[in-house]
Amino acid sequence: MSVLAWGFDMLLAAGLLWLAWQALFTQRRFSAVVNFMAFYLLMALVWVRLDAPDIALAEAAIGAGVTGALLLTALGRLPAGTSVGADPRRWQRPLQHLAMAGAGMGVIWLAWSAYHLPRPGLAGEVTATLDATGVSHAVTAVLLNLRAFDTLLEIVIMLAAVVLVWSLGPPLGPPLRAFAPATALPGLPALSHLLHPFFVLVPVYLLWRGTHAPGGAFPAGAVMGAGGVLLLLTEARPWEYLRHHRLLLHVLLAAGMALFLVVALGGMLLTGTFFAFPLFLAPTLIMAVEIATALSIALMLMAFYLYGEPGQ
Amino acid sequence: MSQFYAVLAALLCGMALIGLFQTEDLLRRILALNVLASAVFLLLVTVARSAEGIDPVPHVMVLTGIVVAVSTTAAALALVIRANEARRRHEDEP
Repeated sequence: MSVLAWGFDMLLAAGLLWLAWQALFTQRRFSAVVNFMAFYLLMALVWVRLDAPDIALAEAAIGAGVTGALLLTALGRLPAGTSVGADPRRWQRPLQHLAMAGAGMGVIWLAWSAYHLPRPGLAGEVTATLDATGVSHAVTAVLLNLRAFDTLLEIVIMLAAVVLVWSLGPPLGPPLRAFAPATALPGLPALSHLLHPFFVLVPVYLLWRGTHAPGGAFPAGAVMGAGGVLLLLTEARPWEYLRHHRLLLHVLLAAGMALFLVVALGGMLLTGTFFAFPLFLAPTLIMAVEIATALSIALMLMAFYLYGEPGQ
Repeated sequence: MSQFYAVLAALLCGMALIGLFQTEDLLRRILALNVLASAVFLLLVTVARSAEGIDPVPHVMVLTGIVVAVSTTAAALALVIRANEARRRHEDEP
Protein backbone atom coordinates (compact mmCIF):
# COMPACT_ATOMS: atom_id res chain seq x y z
CA MET A 1 0.00 0.00 0.00
CA SER A 2 2.75 2.43 0.93
CA VAL A 3 4.56 1.66 -2.34
CA LEU A 4 1.34 2.40 -4.19
CA ALA A 5 0.83 5.67 -2.29
CA TRP A 6 4.45 6.63 -2.92
CA GLY A 7 4.07 5.95 -6.62
CA PHE A 8 0.88 8.01 -6.72
CA ASP A 9 2.63 10.92 -5.01
CA MET A 10 5.51 10.74 -7.48
CA LEU A 11 3.09 10.64 -10.42
CA LEU A 12 1.16 13.62 -9.04
CA ALA A 13 4.32 15.64 -8.50
CA ALA A 14 5.65 14.86 -11.97
CA GLY A 15 2.30 15.77 -13.50
CA LEU A 16 2.10 19.04 -11.58
CA LEU A 17 5.61 20.09 -12.57
CA TRP A 18 5.03 19.18 -16.19
CA LEU A 19 1.68 21.04 -16.37
CA ALA A 20 3.10 24.10 -14.63
CA TRP A 21 6.03 24.09 -17.06
CA GLN A 22 3.63 23.86 -20.01
CA ALA A 23 1.40 26.62 -18.63
CA LEU A 24 4.32 28.97 -18.07
CA PHE A 25 6.67 28.36 -20.98
CA THR A 26 4.71 26.97 -23.92
CA GLN A 27 4.37 29.21 -26.97
CA ARG A 28 0.65 29.13 -27.61
CA ARG A 29 -1.57 30.95 -25.15
CA PHE A 30 -4.54 28.64 -25.57
CA SER A 31 -2.58 25.52 -24.66
CA ALA A 32 -1.07 27.42 -21.73
CA VAL A 33 -4.54 28.12 -20.35
CA VAL A 34 -5.74 24.54 -20.87
CA ASN A 35 -2.62 23.16 -19.17
CA PHE A 36 -3.22 25.56 -16.33
CA MET A 37 -6.78 24.29 -15.82
CA ALA A 38 -5.47 20.71 -15.74
CA PHE A 39 -2.88 21.88 -13.20
CA TYR A 40 -5.67 22.98 -10.86
CA LEU A 41 -7.43 19.62 -11.22
CA LEU A 42 -4.24 17.83 -10.16
CA MET A 43 -3.89 20.32 -7.31
CA ALA A 44 -7.32 19.19 -6.08
CA LEU A 45 -5.97 15.62 -5.96
CA VAL A 46 -2.96 16.83 -3.98
CA TRP A 47 -5.28 18.44 -1.43
CA VAL A 48 -7.04 15.10 -1.02
CA ARG A 49 -3.67 13.42 -0.47
CA LEU A 50 -2.79 16.01 2.19
CA ASP A 51 -6.08 15.42 4.09
CA ALA A 52 -7.61 18.76 3.15
CA PRO A 53 -10.97 17.83 1.56
CA ASP A 54 -12.43 21.33 2.15
CA ILE A 55 -9.69 22.87 0.03
CA ALA A 56 -10.01 20.14 -2.60
CA LEU A 57 -13.72 20.89 -3.05
CA ALA A 58 -13.15 24.64 -3.32
CA GLU A 59 -10.15 24.23 -5.62
CA ALA A 60 -11.95 21.92 -8.03
CA ALA A 61 -14.88 24.34 -8.37
CA ILE A 62 -13.07 27.69 -8.20
CA GLY A 63 -9.64 26.89 -9.60
CA ALA A 64 -10.44 24.55 -12.44
CA GLY A 65 -14.00 25.76 -13.03
CA VAL A 66 -14.37 29.49 -12.52
CA THR A 67 -10.75 30.58 -13.11
CA GLY A 68 -10.67 28.46 -16.25
CA ALA A 69 -13.85 30.07 -17.57
CA LEU A 70 -12.48 33.54 -16.75
CA LEU A 71 -9.21 32.84 -18.56
CA LEU A 72 -10.87 31.32 -21.62
CA THR A 73 -13.24 34.28 -21.95
CA ALA A 74 -10.34 36.70 -21.60
CA LEU A 75 -8.49 34.71 -24.25
CA GLY A 76 -11.44 35.13 -26.61
CA ARG A 77 -11.41 38.90 -26.13
CA LEU A 78 -7.68 39.42 -26.55
CA PRO A 79 -6.14 39.46 -30.03
CA ALA A 80 -4.61 36.10 -30.88
CA GLY A 81 -0.89 35.59 -31.05
CA THR A 82 0.47 39.06 -30.42
CA SER A 83 1.92 39.88 -27.05
CA VAL A 84 -0.05 42.37 -24.99
CA GLY A 85 1.80 44.69 -22.69
CA ALA A 86 5.24 44.72 -21.19
CA ASP A 87 8.07 45.36 -23.60
CA PRO A 88 11.27 45.60 -21.57
CA ARG A 89 13.86 48.21 -22.53
CA ARG A 90 17.44 47.26 -23.22
CA TRP A 91 18.74 48.50 -19.85
CA GLN A 92 16.08 46.43 -18.08
CA ARG A 93 17.44 43.14 -19.45
CA PRO A 94 20.23 42.72 -16.86
CA LEU A 95 17.71 43.49 -14.12
CA GLN A 96 15.42 40.80 -15.52
CA HIS A 97 18.22 38.22 -15.51
CA LEU A 98 19.20 39.31 -12.01
CA ALA A 99 15.62 38.81 -10.82
CA MET A 100 15.51 35.34 -12.40
CA ALA A 101 18.82 34.35 -10.84
CA GLY A 102 17.62 35.70 -7.49
CA ALA A 103 14.44 33.66 -7.81
CA GLY A 104 16.50 30.53 -8.53
CA MET A 105 18.72 31.09 -5.50
CA GLY A 106 15.72 31.89 -3.32
CA VAL A 107 14.05 28.64 -4.33
CA ILE A 108 17.08 26.52 -3.45
CA TRP A 109 17.10 28.18 -0.06
CA LEU A 110 13.33 27.74 0.28
CA ALA A 111 13.58 24.03 -0.57
CA TRP A 112 16.34 23.62 2.01
CA SER A 113 14.40 25.37 4.78
CA ALA A 114 11.11 23.69 3.80
CA TYR A 115 12.87 20.37 4.36
CA HIS A 116 13.77 21.35 7.93
CA LEU A 117 10.56 23.16 8.88
CA PRO A 118 9.58 23.07 12.53
CA ARG A 119 5.98 21.99 13.00
CA PRO A 120 4.23 24.22 15.46
CA GLY A 121 0.47 24.13 15.26
CA LEU A 122 -2.80 25.18 16.78
CA ALA A 123 -4.46 21.80 16.32
CA GLY A 124 -4.64 21.18 20.09
CA GLU A 125 -5.99 24.63 20.91
CA VAL A 126 -8.67 24.45 18.21
CA THR A 127 -9.80 20.99 19.36
CA ALA A 128 -9.97 22.24 22.94
CA THR A 129 -12.23 25.20 22.06
CA LEU A 130 -14.33 23.34 19.49
CA ASP A 131 -17.17 22.76 21.99
CA ALA A 132 -17.56 26.50 22.51
CA THR A 133 -17.96 27.35 18.83
CA GLY A 134 -21.36 25.85 18.04
CA VAL A 135 -20.15 23.61 15.19
CA SER A 136 -18.30 20.32 15.27
CA HIS A 137 -16.14 20.65 12.14
CA ALA A 138 -12.84 22.34 12.94
CA VAL A 139 -12.40 24.17 9.60
CA THR A 140 -15.89 25.68 9.74
CA ALA A 141 -15.35 26.61 13.39
CA VAL A 142 -12.15 28.50 12.56
CA LEU A 143 -13.64 30.01 9.41
CA LEU A 144 -16.85 31.38 10.87
CA ASN A 145 -16.24 31.69 14.58
CA LEU A 146 -12.64 31.70 15.79
CA ARG A 147 -11.19 33.67 12.86
CA ALA A 148 -14.42 35.13 11.48
CA PHE A 149 -12.77 38.52 11.04
CA ASP A 150 -10.46 37.11 8.33
CA THR A 151 -13.44 35.68 6.51
CA LEU A 152 -15.24 39.02 6.68
CA LEU A 153 -12.21 40.79 5.20
CA GLU A 154 -12.01 38.20 2.47
CA ILE A 155 -15.64 38.83 1.47
CA VAL A 156 -14.83 42.55 1.45
CA ILE A 157 -11.85 41.94 -0.88
CA MET A 158 -14.06 39.95 -3.21
CA LEU A 159 -16.70 42.68 -3.25
CA ALA A 160 -13.99 45.28 -3.90
CA ALA A 161 -12.80 43.22 -6.88
CA VAL A 162 -16.37 43.11 -8.25
CA VAL A 163 -16.62 46.89 -7.82
CA LEU A 164 -13.29 47.34 -9.60
CA VAL A 165 -14.25 45.11 -12.52
CA TRP A 166 -17.68 46.73 -12.88
CA SER A 167 -16.40 50.27 -12.49
CA LEU A 168 -14.40 49.86 -15.70
CA GLY A 169 -17.61 50.23 -17.68
CA PRO A 170 -20.29 48.12 -19.31
CA PRO A 171 -19.41 44.64 -20.59
CA LEU A 172 -17.06 44.92 -23.54
CA GLY A 173 -17.28 43.64 -27.03
CA PRO A 174 -20.19 41.70 -28.43
CA PRO A 175 -22.85 40.91 -25.83
CA LEU A 176 -22.52 37.58 -24.10
CA ARG A 177 -25.36 36.18 -26.19
CA ALA A 178 -23.15 36.11 -29.27
CA PHE A 179 -20.84 33.68 -27.52
CA ALA A 180 -23.64 31.31 -26.52
CA PRO A 181 -23.05 28.19 -28.55
CA ALA A 182 -26.72 27.20 -28.31
CA THR A 183 -27.16 27.46 -32.06
CA ALA A 184 -24.02 25.49 -32.80
CA LEU A 185 -24.62 22.85 -30.16
CA PRO A 186 -28.36 22.35 -29.62
CA GLY A 187 -27.67 19.74 -26.95
CA LEU A 188 -25.95 22.19 -24.63
CA PRO A 189 -29.01 24.11 -23.31
CA ALA A 190 -30.76 20.81 -22.67
CA LEU A 191 -27.73 19.51 -20.80
CA SER A 192 -27.56 22.67 -18.71
CA HIS A 193 -31.30 22.37 -17.90
CA LEU A 194 -30.66 18.80 -16.86
CA LEU A 195 -27.63 19.70 -14.74
CA HIS A 196 -29.06 22.79 -13.12
CA PRO A 197 -31.01 21.01 -10.34
CA PHE A 198 -27.71 19.44 -9.29
CA PHE A 199 -26.06 22.85 -9.18
CA VAL A 200 -28.71 23.82 -6.62
CA LEU A 201 -28.86 20.50 -4.78
CA VAL A 202 -25.10 20.08 -4.29
CA PRO A 203 -24.56 23.52 -2.66
CA VAL A 204 -27.49 22.95 -0.31
CA TYR A 205 -26.03 19.58 0.69
CA LEU A 206 -22.56 21.11 1.14
CA LEU A 207 -23.99 23.91 3.29
CA TRP A 208 -25.82 21.47 5.53
CA ARG A 209 -22.75 19.25 5.76
CA GLY A 210 -20.46 22.16 6.62
CA THR A 211 -21.38 22.20 10.31
CA HIS A 212 -20.06 18.71 11.00
CA ALA A 213 -17.91 17.59 8.04
CA PRO A 214 -15.93 18.99 5.10
CA GLY A 215 -18.15 21.33 3.12
CA GLY A 216 -19.57 24.71 4.03
CA ALA A 217 -20.00 28.11 2.46
CA PHE A 218 -16.93 28.25 0.24
CA PRO A 219 -17.34 25.03 -1.73
CA ALA A 220 -21.12 25.62 -1.84
CA GLY A 221 -20.71 29.14 -3.22
CA ALA A 222 -18.10 27.95 -5.68
CA VAL A 223 -20.27 25.14 -7.05
CA MET A 224 -23.26 27.47 -7.32
CA GLY A 225 -21.13 30.10 -9.07
CA ALA A 226 -19.78 27.54 -11.53
CA GLY A 227 -23.36 26.49 -12.29
CA GLY A 228 -24.27 30.13 -12.84
CA VAL A 229 -21.39 30.59 -15.27
CA LEU A 230 -22.56 27.53 -17.19
CA LEU A 231 -26.06 29.00 -17.32
CA LEU A 232 -24.66 32.31 -18.61
CA LEU A 233 -22.73 30.43 -21.28
CA THR A 234 -25.52 28.27 -22.57
CA GLU A 235 -28.44 30.70 -22.53
CA ALA A 236 -28.95 34.41 -22.93
CA ARG A 237 -31.89 34.54 -20.53
CA PRO A 238 -30.05 34.87 -17.18
CA TRP A 239 -28.10 37.77 -18.64
CA GLU A 240 -31.36 39.59 -19.40
CA TYR A 241 -32.64 38.61 -16.01
CA LEU A 242 -29.65 40.23 -14.33
CA ARG A 243 -30.20 43.38 -16.35
CA HIS A 244 -33.80 43.74 -15.15
CA HIS A 245 -33.04 43.13 -11.49
CA ARG A 246 -30.11 45.41 -10.83
CA LEU A 247 -31.22 46.45 -7.37
CA LEU A 248 -31.82 42.86 -6.27
CA LEU A 249 -28.46 41.90 -7.74
CA HIS A 250 -26.67 44.62 -5.78
CA VAL A 251 -28.43 43.64 -2.56
CA LEU A 252 -27.56 39.96 -2.99
CA LEU A 253 -23.94 40.75 -3.86
CA ALA A 254 -23.57 42.64 -0.60
CA ALA A 255 -25.75 40.27 1.46
CA GLY A 256 -22.92 38.11 2.75
CA MET A 257 -20.89 41.04 3.96
CA ALA A 258 -23.90 42.86 5.40
CA LEU A 259 -25.14 39.88 7.40
CA PHE A 260 -21.61 39.17 8.60
CA LEU A 261 -21.29 42.75 9.87
CA VAL A 262 -24.73 42.69 11.51
CA VAL A 263 -23.84 39.45 13.33
CA ALA A 264 -20.51 40.88 14.43
CA LEU A 265 -22.08 44.09 15.75
CA GLY A 266 -24.93 42.15 17.36
CA GLY A 267 -22.35 40.00 19.10
CA MET A 268 -20.71 43.17 20.37
CA LEU A 269 -24.05 44.40 21.78
CA LEU A 270 -24.84 41.06 23.46
CA THR A 271 -21.44 40.04 24.81
CA GLY A 272 -19.28 43.15 24.55
CA THR A 273 -16.78 41.64 22.10
CA PHE A 274 -16.70 42.10 18.33
CA PHE A 275 -17.60 38.77 16.68
CA ALA A 276 -18.41 36.94 19.92
CA PHE A 277 -21.62 34.91 19.66
CA PRO A 278 -23.47 33.52 22.66
CA LEU A 279 -23.16 29.73 22.48
CA PHE A 280 -26.89 28.98 22.29
CA LEU A 281 -27.25 31.25 19.24
CA ALA A 282 -24.02 30.24 17.53
CA PRO A 283 -25.26 27.32 15.35
CA THR A 284 -28.19 29.35 13.96
CA LEU A 285 -26.08 32.44 13.35
CA ILE A 286 -23.28 30.48 11.68
CA MET A 287 -25.79 28.74 9.41
CA ALA A 288 -27.40 32.08 8.43
CA VAL A 289 -24.02 33.67 7.72
CA GLU A 290 -22.99 30.61 5.71
CA ILE A 291 -26.09 30.76 3.52
CA ALA A 292 -25.71 34.47 2.84
CA THR A 293 -21.97 34.13 2.20
CA ALA A 294 -22.46 31.22 -0.18
CA LEU A 295 -25.08 33.18 -2.17
CA SER A 296 -22.83 36.23 -2.33
CA ILE A 297 -19.80 34.20 -3.37
CA ALA A 298 -21.78 32.49 -6.12
CA LEU A 299 -23.09 35.79 -7.46
CA MET A 300 -19.70 37.48 -7.22
CA LEU A 301 -18.08 34.66 -9.21
CA MET A 302 -20.76 35.13 -11.87
CA ALA A 303 -20.24 38.88 -11.72
CA PHE A 304 -16.53 38.47 -12.46
CA TYR A 305 -17.35 36.42 -15.47
CA LEU A 306 -19.37 39.23 -17.07
CA TYR A 307 -16.35 41.58 -17.10
CA GLY A 308 -18.60 44.59 -16.63
CA GLU A 309 -21.81 45.69 -15.00
CA PRO A 310 -24.91 44.38 -16.73
CA GLY A 311 -27.62 46.84 -17.66
CA GLN A 312 -25.49 49.91 -18.16
CA MET B 1 5.63 12.43 2.75
CA SER B 2 5.04 16.00 3.85
CA GLN B 3 8.69 16.88 3.18
CA PHE B 4 8.24 15.58 -0.33
CA TYR B 5 5.34 17.98 -0.90
CA ALA B 6 7.25 20.88 0.70
CA VAL B 7 10.05 20.39 -1.83
CA LEU B 8 7.47 20.17 -4.63
CA ALA B 9 6.00 23.49 -3.42
CA ALA B 10 9.47 25.07 -3.49
CA LEU B 11 10.10 23.82 -7.05
CA LEU B 12 6.71 25.12 -8.25
CA CYS B 13 7.44 28.44 -6.53
CA GLY B 14 10.73 28.81 -8.40
CA MET B 15 9.22 27.84 -11.72
CA ALA B 16 6.42 30.37 -11.26
CA LEU B 17 8.84 33.16 -10.28
CA ILE B 18 11.07 32.51 -13.29
CA GLY B 19 8.02 32.39 -15.56
CA LEU B 20 6.77 35.64 -14.02
CA PHE B 21 10.03 37.49 -14.69
CA GLN B 22 10.79 35.93 -18.04
CA THR B 23 7.54 36.44 -19.95
CA GLU B 24 6.38 39.63 -21.61
CA ASP B 25 2.79 38.49 -22.05
CA LEU B 26 0.46 39.86 -19.39
CA LEU B 27 -1.89 36.85 -19.54
CA ARG B 28 1.09 34.55 -18.93
CA ARG B 29 2.05 36.68 -15.95
CA ILE B 30 -1.39 36.18 -14.44
CA LEU B 31 -0.98 32.42 -14.92
CA ALA B 32 2.44 32.62 -13.23
CA LEU B 33 0.98 34.49 -10.26
CA ASN B 34 -1.70 31.81 -9.90
CA VAL B 35 0.87 29.01 -9.97
CA LEU B 36 2.87 30.92 -7.37
CA ALA B 37 -0.23 31.22 -5.18
CA SER B 38 -0.87 27.47 -5.50
CA ALA B 39 2.73 26.74 -4.48
CA VAL B 40 2.41 28.91 -1.37
CA PHE B 41 -0.90 27.21 -0.49
CA LEU B 42 0.77 23.83 -0.89
CA LEU B 43 3.53 24.86 1.50
CA LEU B 44 0.97 26.10 4.05
CA VAL B 45 -1.06 22.89 3.96
CA THR B 46 2.10 20.81 4.21
CA VAL B 47 3.13 22.75 7.31
CA ALA B 48 -0.34 22.13 8.77
CA ARG B 49 0.44 18.41 9.19
CA SER B 50 2.13 18.43 12.57
CA ALA B 51 2.78 15.71 15.10
CA GLU B 52 -0.33 16.50 17.15
CA GLY B 53 -2.72 16.16 14.19
CA ILE B 54 -3.89 18.42 11.38
CA ASP B 55 -3.93 22.12 12.16
CA PRO B 56 -7.14 23.60 10.70
CA VAL B 57 -5.93 27.24 10.77
CA PRO B 58 -3.67 27.01 7.67
CA HIS B 59 -6.48 25.13 5.90
CA VAL B 60 -8.76 28.08 6.52
CA MET B 61 -6.09 30.51 5.35
CA VAL B 62 -5.73 28.55 2.11
CA LEU B 63 -9.51 28.38 1.63
CA THR B 64 -9.63 32.17 2.04
CA GLY B 65 -6.60 32.54 -0.20
CA ILE B 66 -8.17 30.59 -3.06
CA VAL B 67 -11.13 32.96 -3.12
CA VAL B 68 -8.85 36.01 -2.91
CA ALA B 69 -6.71 34.57 -5.74
CA VAL B 70 -9.72 34.19 -8.05
CA SER B 71 -10.79 37.77 -7.20
CA THR B 72 -7.31 39.06 -8.03
CA THR B 73 -7.24 37.07 -11.26
CA ALA B 74 -10.61 38.45 -12.34
CA ALA B 75 -9.61 42.04 -11.58
CA ALA B 76 -6.26 41.67 -13.36
CA LEU B 77 -7.86 40.04 -16.41
CA ALA B 78 -10.45 42.83 -16.61
CA LEU B 79 -7.66 45.42 -16.51
CA VAL B 80 -5.69 43.58 -19.23
CA ILE B 81 -8.76 43.38 -21.47
CA ARG B 82 -9.51 47.09 -20.98
CA ALA B 83 -5.90 48.12 -21.57
CA ASN B 84 -5.80 46.07 -24.75
CA GLU B 85 -9.07 47.60 -25.94
CA ALA B 86 -7.78 51.12 -25.26
CA ARG B 87 -4.54 50.41 -27.12
CA ARG B 88 -6.41 49.03 -30.12
CA ARG B 89 -8.67 52.08 -30.24
CA HIS B 90 -5.60 54.29 -29.98
CA GLU B 91 -3.95 52.52 -32.89
CA ASP B 92 -7.12 52.64 -35.01
CA GLU B 93 -7.40 56.43 -35.00
CA PRO B 94 -4.19 57.79 -36.50
